[in-house]
Amino acid sequence: MTEAVLQLKGLQKAFGALVVTDKVDLDLHPGECHALIGPNGAGKSTLIHQVSGLLQPDAGRIAFEGRDVTGQKQHERAVAGLGRSFQITSILPDFTVLENVALAAQMRAGSSMRFFRRADREEALNAAAMTALDRIGLAPRAAAMAGALSYGEKRMLELAIAIAGKPRALLLDEPMAGMGRAESESLTDTLLELKATYPMLLIEHDMEAVFRLADRVSVLVAGAIVATGTPDEVRADPKARAAYLGEDHAEGAA
Amino acid sequence: MTDQAHMQAPVAATPRAPLIVASVIFAALALIPVLAEAWGGAWLTSLAVRAMILAIVAISLDLLMGQGGMVSFGHSAFVAIGAYACGIMITEGVYEMALILPVAIAAAGLFALISGAICLRTSGVSFIMITLAFGQMIYFALGSLAQYGADDGLTLWSGPDFLGTSWLGSDMGVYVTVFAVLLATWALVHRITGARFGRVLRAARQNPTRVASMGYSVFRYRLTAYVIAGVIAAIAGVLWATHAAFISPSLGAWQRSGDLIVMVVLGGMATRNGALLGALFFILIEETLSSITHDWRLIFGPLLVLIALYARGGLVGLLDRVRGPR
Amino acid sequence: MSSILILIQLLNGLQLGVILFLIAAGLTLVFGVMGFINLAHGVQYMLGAYLAVYLYGLTGSFMAALVLALPLALLLGLVLEFLVFRHLYDRDHLSQVLATFGVILFLNQLMKVLFGPASLSVPPPAFLDFSFTLVDGLLYPAYRVALIVAGLLVALGLWLVITRTRVGMLIRAGATNPDMVSALGVNVRRLFLIVFGFGAMLAGFAGVMAAPLYSVEPGMGDNLLIVAFVVIIIGGAGSIRGAFVAALLVGLVDTLGRTLVTDGLRLVMDPSSANQIGPAIASMLIYVLMALVLFWRPEGLFAPKVAR
Repeated sequence: MTEAVLQLKGLQKAFGALVVTDKVDLDLHPGECHALIGPNGAGKSTLIHQVSGLLQPDAGRIAFEGRDVTGQKQHERAVAGLGRSFQITSILPDFTVLENVALAAQMRAGSSMRFFRRADREEALNAAAMTALDRIGLAPRAAAMAGALSYGEKRMLELAIAIAGKPRALLLDEPMAGMGRAESESLTDTLLELKATYPMLLIEHDMEAVFRLADRVSVLVAGAIVATGTPDEVRADPKARAAYLGEDHAEGAA
Repeated sequence: MTDQAHMQAPVAATPRAPLIVASVIFAALALIPVLAEAWGGAWLTSLAVRAMILAIVAISLDLLMGQGGMVSFGHSAFVAIGAYACGIMITEGVYEMALILPVAIAAAGLFALISGAICLRTSGVSFIMITLAFGQMIYFALGSLAQYGADDGLTLWSGPDFLGTSWLGSDMGVYVTVFAVLLATWALVHRITGARFGRVLRAARQNPTRVASMGYSVFRYRLTAYVIAGVIAAIAGVLWATHAAFISPSLGAWQRSGDLIVMVVLGGMATRNGALLGALFFILIEETLSSITHDWRLIFGPLLVLIALYARGGLVGLLDRVRGPR
Repeated sequence: MSSILILIQLLNGLQLGVILFLIAAGLTLVFGVMGFINLAHGVQYMLGAYLAVYLYGLTGSFMAALVLALPLALLLGLVLEFLVFRHLYDRDHLSQVLATFGVILFLNQLMKVLFGPASLSVPPPAFLDFSFTLVDGLLYPAYRVALIVAGLLVALGLWLVITRTRVGMLIRAGATNPDMVSALGVNVRRLFLIVFGFGAMLAGFAGVMAAPLYSVEPGMGDNLLIVAFVVIIIGGAGSIRGAFVAALLVGLVDTLGRTLVTDGLRLVMDPSSANQIGPAIASMLIYVLMALVLFWRPEGLFAPKVAR
């Protein structure tokens, strides 16, 4: 097996007495989409937050491209190449769509401690932003204020921001959350294209999307991973079914 | 995907109106010495100098408050640091502005760096209170400098030299200098806001978590802005000491910081001319009301409450509404 | 320095701490429960002191003035809440700062108009107008001791209210999780009003009690307000226990610092430099303390745990 891009070892996190991450081992390989599924409150977002650096784990180790990033801050991990999207839309509402994405591109284009030249006239940044927007399919809305976008468009912007920062892996926290069926399907198509470039750790409730996108699926219950495997394996795994796949009577039926 | 029309990045045009407003303001300020000459009122130039110095400080505060979302309630401390750097050096026999200014900048910059690094560990209301506390710390520290007048302040019996000349000894010299510094500050802060640095700062006001997840150290950008604003305020403090020839700890009192916040909000936060207009208008209100009654704060206080409750957007917002929807 | 002088300084520090606590208690609750930054809280303290002056002039009795001042301070607090503050709960902090700053300007000036700019004072009640002898020739005024005792009793009472009553439970819950409290069907507006009025009364009480000790003048609450902010930053916003510990700490550090720092500096430098630098450092001590606490624990010593 190839060297893992991202590797979590024995990750542990508790809020008081509530264990939200329980000795999680997980890895992500180049070109792979690894989906994380589980019931609400299983600790999926908390796990992503620890990987992106928004939360610090109590114990365990996070390695990215072979380097230990556990002690690094959020922005340091982003610089290292961990891009992410948020479950609850997190954009810059007072900026235009273009400026949202250009700011993400700016991070990779030399120092941002520049005080005189107008940033919105920097062709290279705008072009990089347009490329990212085009890839997501949001280019026609480049001039709109981000706060005025429709919900679905905001979710797309979220993704455009993430890829404009030239990440080497993507952490996607429910990119389809709250989307309609058609929007959701078209976003899945986009993600399928992106998958070739960016390994993804994906949290998603939309099972159809998960089974289209994921190469491997891990099931998280009460902070612990109860099953990992290919989508088909997980579908067949009785523990995973009991825990998540909507088969509440799995035990009774068995 | 390769549709050319899509690939063209839309570039925002620069709105003309703020430039026109600014031109009018600066032209009026440039005319004041001439008018004062005609009416023989030295108080008018003195008033305008006072207003312009406050406008410099207000513009620097807007960089923090309006653009950076950091409501500092201790900004007048930096004015006091600049004024005391000037006053102390003159008292000790150093008259050259080319020496005074770097010392004032270094002192304010250092204090901004240290206090800012602590203040920025918090945000929101805590940030307001902590900047307030650091401002008080400077206020009391200056008030206990027995050899420099303590609470009573310090009169400067002679003003600073400017590169060996007595340029800053004349009212006109001071007026022109303050005018130039104001113009430079106004232009500089606008440039900073629009540049890469300002973009990160403005983004961090809207959504610091997102900006961090893009790979920016929000702390570093905010601290840099804090230092820049502090240094500008200290330069204004040096000008104040030069103009007034008297300094006292009350320059750094928290009520002065409150006045500065009022100016910025009154004018309109995070707008090109808001802080400038706000400071000038503040002095105008103060002057007008205090000519009507000695107890002008009885009117001004409730006025502030009304502004806080009903007049967000400030004067600039009002101007926009007068011009009507475009 | 003799130990008896240190004892006196300790008592003075305790007494300042008690006044700070009475002011900070209301401030920290208003801030913790409502997320409301009330700069005008220091003004409530000033109003209490002026009420003492006015009512003492009417009745000629300090105790009568105290008893009458408390409901009036409460009433003034409620009037302010009704006229200004309740319109600000949902607004951003900047609006709150601006509006309450306006209230300060107005009321400080109003006191100047009504009572004149000069410092006023009130004599302590006759039955407390004597001094304890600490040691031969060194006296300590009974009134100051009474103030310390009264303050500690109020702190105890407040602690009982907060920990043992339903309102107290709601206040604690509100400081931790305001949304939950409103979800419980509690009338949050009324809870705010209670907390607010109560805080105003405590600050007014501090003002009345301070009137015989400090000069009563316009703006007298302004600087104490900032120190009260330091107290709630150190103690942790929303925590009565934190406010209590931090108030005593700040009172002691400030009072002892003013004598000990200069004395200490005299040991390492010549007396005249020590006399010049000492006061400057002493006046910064509580802010240094605050900075240290913040550095070590940004949310304060006793911050209520926020449920997320």
